[in-house]
Amino acid sequence: MASGYYKTSYRDDLKIFQTRFVKFWLVILAILLMIFPFVFSQYILYTANLCGIAIIGALGLNILSGFTGQISLGHAAFLAIGAYSSTLLTLKLGIPFWISLPLGGCIAALFGMIIAIPCLRLRGLYLAIATFAFAFTVEYIIVHWSSLTNGTSGLTVPHPSIAGFVFKTDKAFYFLILVFVILSVTFAKNLFRTEAGRAFIAIRDKDIAAEVIGINLTKYKILSFMTSSFYAGIAGGLYAVTLSSIGPEHFTFLVTIQYIAMVLVGGMGSVLGSILGAIFMTVLPEGIRLLRDVLSHDFPFLITRLADLQSSFYGLAIILVLIFEPKGLFGLWIKQKNYWKGWPYTY
Amino acid sequence: MENESLRILFQLILSGFIVGSLYALIALGFVLIYKATDIINFALGELMMFGAYICYGLITEFKVPFLPAFLLTLVFSAILGILIEMLVLRPMVGEPIFSVIMITIGLATLFRSIVGLIWGHDVYHFPTPFSETPIDLFGLSIFPIELTTSVTVLGLVILFFLFFRYSHMGIAMRATAFNQKYALLMGINVRKVFSIAWLLSTVVASIGGIFLAGMFFIHTNMSFIGLKVFPAVVLGGIDSIAGAMLGGLIIGIVENLAGGYLSQLFGSGIKELSAFFILVIVLMIKPYGLFGKKEVIRV
Repeated sequence: MASGYYKTSYRDDLKIFQTRFVKFWLVILAILLMIFPFVFSQYILYTANLCGIAIIGALGLNILSGFTGQISLGHAAFLAIGAYSSTLLTLKLGIPFWISLPLGGCIAALFGMIIAIPCLRLRGLYLAIATFAFAFTVEYIIVHWSSLTNGTSGLTVPHPSIAGFVFKTDKAFYFLILVFVILSVTFAKNLFRTEAGRAFIAIRDKDIAAEVIGINLTKYKILSFMTSSFYAGIAGGLYAVTLSSIGPEHFTFLVTIQYIAMVLVGGMGSVLGSILGAIFMTVLPEGIRLLRDVLSHDFPFLITRLADLQSSFYGLAIILVLIFEPKGLFGLWIKQKNYWKGWPYTY
Repeated sequence: MENESLRILFQLILSGFIVGSLYALIALGFVLIYKATDIINFALGELMMFGAYICYGLITEFKVPFLPAFLLTLVFSAILGILIEMLVLRPMVGEPIFSVIMITIGLATLFRSIVGLIWGHDVYHFPTPFSETPIDLFGLSIFPIELTTSVTVLGLVILFFLFFRYSHMGIAMRATAFNQKYALLMGINVRKVFSIAWLLSTVVASIGGIFLAGMFFIHTNMSFIGLKVFPAVVLGGIDSIAGAMLGGLIIGIVENLAGGYLSQLFGSGIKELSAFFILVIVLMIKPYGLFGKKEVIRV
């Protein structure tokens, strides 16, 4: 009997579920996820929904930044485009939710392509600045095109309905979001077994070398931008229906930083990392809220400073993770796994 | 009528020039770090704001007069700059550019929220000893603080020019910027160069912040000026000090003209947006800016 799991073919290496152990725990996870909404309170469910949305958005950013190596400071803009276009399609044209949501994703992807084309020659800092300029422009348009977006007062999002069933409660949203999370994780996991996904990774590792071995940089960079912004668009659309109202304040630069923090804290270039990071960075602010409630007895000024307290933790999390654990929570997980694998005989 | 519209044009250019000289100053802080350490500092706007708030705190809380408060702030920012370099950026040497950019964004978020935690996000008046009555300059009006700002910026630029040209440290910094490895081999203390670069940069940013707060108001959104630096440095060329200065001035003037003439057409935000329009156009036509060194990328 083999003393460990050894891969003997490329097929083994490319498998999604590499061992029976993984399959077993996935089934357990699926069961737990199904029971979850019936056990916990409204508030926890709402947080879980935000986690789900964050997972989708963070996966999108990770595909672009973690796997393809393209820096983007405009993720919130794609979320905004997805949220606004799916909402407006429903509000103004009466398109049902199950069409308007993917359509919102497609519109975001279209914008992703439009951004990608001039950004093809840019890298590093220049790309960061260009995507930032894009995000700035989108925010400007949302605020100033009042006839369409209702400016700073924002839009009220109608309850989504699919085939007569109206989603109103957090429990209903939970299952809706869960479906999309499962779809997007499965897609992302599979993406990196395909030619396109491998090409993304090659571009990240060294773009010139990738071009030399015959990867069409133009095509795959655009594809990566489009996939990423499609994810963001879907996340934005779901965010809109969960909040039931959207405004420009939901898509500021801080949101981009939040998503970057998720990807970094979770682990760049890892699907599991995005999930962990998204959950961590969504639960953290709620934890800080609790901390604030405890501290506010001694420091009453903290009551009005919640947002600052939260963003200081984002900043700290980014800095500390980058200095001490550049591979993020995923790296920590791998380290622990390897440590316990051979325990107590670890060399 | 003809004369009046001409006067408005010149007034707009003059105000743009003054704001632009502040942009230029902050762009200088950016280029200083970029040239010496290859680090893109997204936190410069926040450092600038932080400096202004420290000075504000000294003046309002501790009742320190303006000039000592100004000097104390500079000392404080010098220490802060060295600390940031030592504690945060030094461990990042050799990490990919993405991580380095992100860590400065982390710093920016942290400083912004520290200021928010202490002072909140309200707009305050920044007390300065300068008089509030404008001076008449060939028919154009200019506030004393604006004049002081322009003169200070000009003085600093000359000082930096001399520093890089003649001082031992300045030459060492140029050498490090040219090639870090060779600089090390020639016996230059590269660590010290990095520290000095951060020190100078934060000090310059604080000066910019204090003048900016004095000219307008003090509030946390001041840090967005730090983002205006990017159009300026991209226009001028990211590794060129002269380019940064020129870029800052051009951005300031264009912005003010756009604010003066286009805001009736497109709404108030066009002033802020125009800088980014220039940025995108420059990136498409001349990605290395006016004076930037063209990068050759090898596998």
